Amino acid sequence: MANIISDETIEYVGILAKLSLSEEEREQAKKDMGRMLDYIDKLNELDTTGAEPMSHAFAVENVFREDEVTGGDGREEMLRNAPARKGDMFAVPNVMSH
Amino acid sequence: MELLTLSAVELGAAIQAGKATAIEAMEAVLRRIEEKEDALHCYITIDKEKALERAVEAQRRIQAGELAGPLAGVPMAVKDNLCTAGMPTTCASRMLGNFVPTYTAEALRNLERAGAVVIGKTNMDEFAMGSTTETSAYGATRNPGNTEHVPGGSSGGSAAAVAAGECFFALGSDTGGSIRQPASHCGVVGMKPTYGTVSRFGLVAYGSSLDQIGPLGRTVEDCAAALEILAGAGPRAGQGEAASGDMPGEGEGSPEGIVPDRRDSTYLYRKDTDFTSALKKDVAGMRIGIPRDYFGPGLSEEVRHSVMAAAELFRGKGALVEEFDLSLVEYAIPAYYTIAAAEASSNLERFDGIKYGYRANDAQELHRMYKQTRSEGFGPEVKRRIMLGSFVLSSGYYDAYYLKALRVKAMIKKAFDRAYARYDCILGPVAPTTAPRLGQSLDDPLKMYLGDIYTISVNLAGLPAISVPCGEDGNGLPIGLQLIGDCFQEEKILRAAYSYEQFRKDGQG
Repeated sequence: MANIISDETIEYVGILAKLSLSEEEREQAKKDMGRMLDYIDKLNELDTTGAEPMSHAFAVENVFREDEVTGGDGREEMLRNAPARKGDMFAVPNVMSH
Repeated sequence: MELLTLSAVELGAAIQAGKATAIEAMEAVLRRIEEKEDALHCYITIDKEKALERAVEAQRRIQAGELAGPLAGVPMAVKDNLCTAGMPTTCASRMLGNFVPTYTAEALRNLERAGAVVIGKTNMDEFAMGSTTETSAYGATRNPGNTEHVPGGSSGGSAAAVAAGECFFALGSDTGGSIRQPASHCGVVGMKPTYGTVSRFGLVAYGSSLDQIGPLGRTVEDCAAALEILAGAGPRAGQGEAASGDMPGEGEGSPEGIVPDRRDSTYLYRKDTDFTSALKKDVAGMRIGIPRDYFGPGLSEEVRHSVMAAAELFRGKGALVEEFDLSLVEYAIPAYYTIAAAEASSNLERFDGIKYGYRANDAQELHRMYKQTRSEGFGPEVKRRIMLGSFVLSSGYYDAYYLKALRVKAMIKKAFDRAYARYDCILGPVAPTTAPRLGQSLDDPLKMYLGDIYTISVNLAGLPAISVPCGEDGNGLPIGLQLIGDCFQEEKILRAAYSYEQFRKDGQG
């Protein structure tokens, strides 16, 4: 395998992806990601000089609209999905650690 | 009348003619579900009572003359990544196990306005990431043709439900083949329109530059009729009245008076969406290209044989069929998985346990809560793609991986442009093999990804494509034929697919 994923890299990816991995998951992820990157490295066979990166199949422009209040009061429906609420607010655990 | 043998459009016509009712149709479907669902598990959510209530209401409006469309009163299934107001929408993930949307996806609203009646929500790969419907947190769906095999994926529940008569047609989403491949594996028709044809508002995003909603049905005509309605053709913002305000049957909680199109900035407001007018049995003079690179190693002999027999049939009917080199086919999968993973990692950041969905309940601090929630809420395949996506977007790797893939994507699009200068349609297989056995794909993700080779470049280039049944393997498992058109050329692939389907029905193929 050409791409050896280090513990540091997996640690970093875990931070970016906001995932905490068990020891077993971490080892599996190193293997899987290394294999996938080996495969993706196939793209390096291609000379892409002069090819502009294409994010969408067609040229898309930003679509603007007036910032108008249009929706009804969906507060109760939305809060019904909240894992935890306090009155009309979403409740969250402590933001600052003690 | 044996309603379950009818196509969606035939049923719609029977209902309009007063020979059947929406209620009878729903009862027939629910009975079929009762018989088969234990063995197949096509659905994640079905509320029979509410489905019947909706059918009663549709029938009332049909009789009152308020609904006269081709799919009015016809029971349909909806992939569980399309938001449904008041009905759970799980994306087959533990993360959204208890999520009930406050609004309905725009594409589905178009169909509901036209009178189609929702039965329930179909099973899928978790967040549409997978090709077998086995990554669902709620258990696998089985192939109606042989329950030892998968139905394909990610819209496997929708494809299996159509094949088993557990609905008359269904909605799916296609990011890399997720409509066409399960349609092929289950022996039904599945269509992915040109990127931007159907509003993605209310579709839970996976790879936003690739995702498109489309229909699965028993016939090409059913798919054309459904797509015509899905595409909507709403008024262009600023050019007309608000599209929703005057429509009856709005989902509760949906904002009134907004021009819906504005909420998906990639929606193209197409006016050329009269897809059913393309259904003509005539391929004389049609230029069809067969990419030699779609018939290389890895393609099963039985699939090759069926697809080539279909090509011969087209030739016999006067189409100009020839082989050509598309090029770059082997680079589509690595480019696709880089881009799709990158977009997935960004799109799935929203699942943080704050406003909806799963929350790990023992975390005492915010940051730890995020991590625990996501680690417990997502399954292995989703985590794998989020991690890969985070990596290819991270500083130091962004240019080498993500931008490189976008450059390759541009080259793939150019290769298709060159092909469409010469051909009306590209013809090839949908998948290299028929449906694999359950459990065969999960232990080797890369192998599963390789099965997407004929479908994913279509998403990279934004093209329309359709999968039509063209045969069976030695075990009776269906084989699909793929017809790929240039952007906005749905009409050509629909005409080719419809013609082929009719020739086969005549016993000529």
